[in-house]
Amino acid sequence: MTQPHDPRGNLVRPYAVTRGRTEPIRDIPIEAVLIASPEAVQEARFAGHDKYRIAVLCEPKALSLAELAALTRLPLGVTRVLVADMVADGLLQLHSAAPRTGFTERMDLLGRVLGGLRKL
Amino acid sequence: MDFASSERTRPHPAEITSAKIVVAGGFGVGKTTLVGAVSEIEPLTTEAVMTVAGAGIDDASKVPGKESTTVAMDFGRITMADDLILYLFGTPGQTRFWFMWDELIRGAVGAAVLVDTRRLTDAFAPLDYFENRHLPYLVAVNCFDGAPRYELEEVREALAIPARVPLLMCDARHRESVKAVLIGVVEHAMATLVAEHEQATPVG
Repeated sequence: MTQPHDPRGNLVRPYAVTRGRTEPIRDIPIEAVLIASPEAVQEARFAGHDKYRIAVLCEPKALSLAELAALTRLPLGVTRVLVADMVADGLLQLHSAAPRTGFTERMDLLGRVLGGLRKL
Repeated sequence: MDFASSERTRPHPAEITSAKIVVAGGFGVGKTTLVGAVSEIEPLTTEAVMTVAGAGIDDASKVPGKESTTVAMDFGRITMADDLILYLFGTPGQTRFWFMWDELIRGAVGAAVLVDTRRLTDAFAPLDYFENRHLPYLVAVNCFDGAPRYELEEVREALAIPARVPLLMCDARHRESVKAVLIGVVEHAMATLVAEHEQATPVG
């Protein structure tokens, strides 16, 4: 569809894999991790090449949105649109980023991170 | 924020929490070196395409003569437990990409601003940025070979770093040194959180 002289140039091309959508249907933090079950990987075969690649990557190991973008070499924004769709379709499980509210919850997380760093 | 509660169609493994620490600083200051010193993976690069049509990007005019710019950021990963992962994100070097920084620091535990004493003025923009954001941060002076050695207090004065912001020396190539920086970030984040909590809930 994109003409060679399209004034938008190659700006739009990365979003061809999302059929031109640039906004994800839900926000996903770049550090939030995703997992695909083996059944979901099978299902994702029918979801298109890029979604299938993402599902395959997330099956053996929980990977963040940032890792998925890096490993698929898709721009972050494109990856976010695809991943958000896959979460909505039940192909990926979205796990939580660090809590942003609640004193106890945040202190607990900081304490665990501190312990993890000291053990490195 | 409710990110994960609506997908309950299949049994979950344990909930995995991921946290991030942001490493900021001027171009070539050693951010990726620092990340690589502790990351369990080779630092990865992800690219964001800044598009003219992109939402929330209000000022493409700041990138003269370009319709799109690719902003790269490097990051690493430390798996701390089955259910806890820490990510380290290096900010894109060019400070004009504030919009990427805003996305990066959202939800972060805290940040370290890396400073090179050979190019002290490169630190002004990132320091200014964090002074105006609600995120605990510290300043780490990366001790390059052959770089002028200053006392920490000289650096603090030269860069007008407020007294409440921790300042330390580090060697971004060395794991133990980088560990100390990250531990410093988390300890500072905890102290900040406790102070805010005590302010919000007066005793008595």
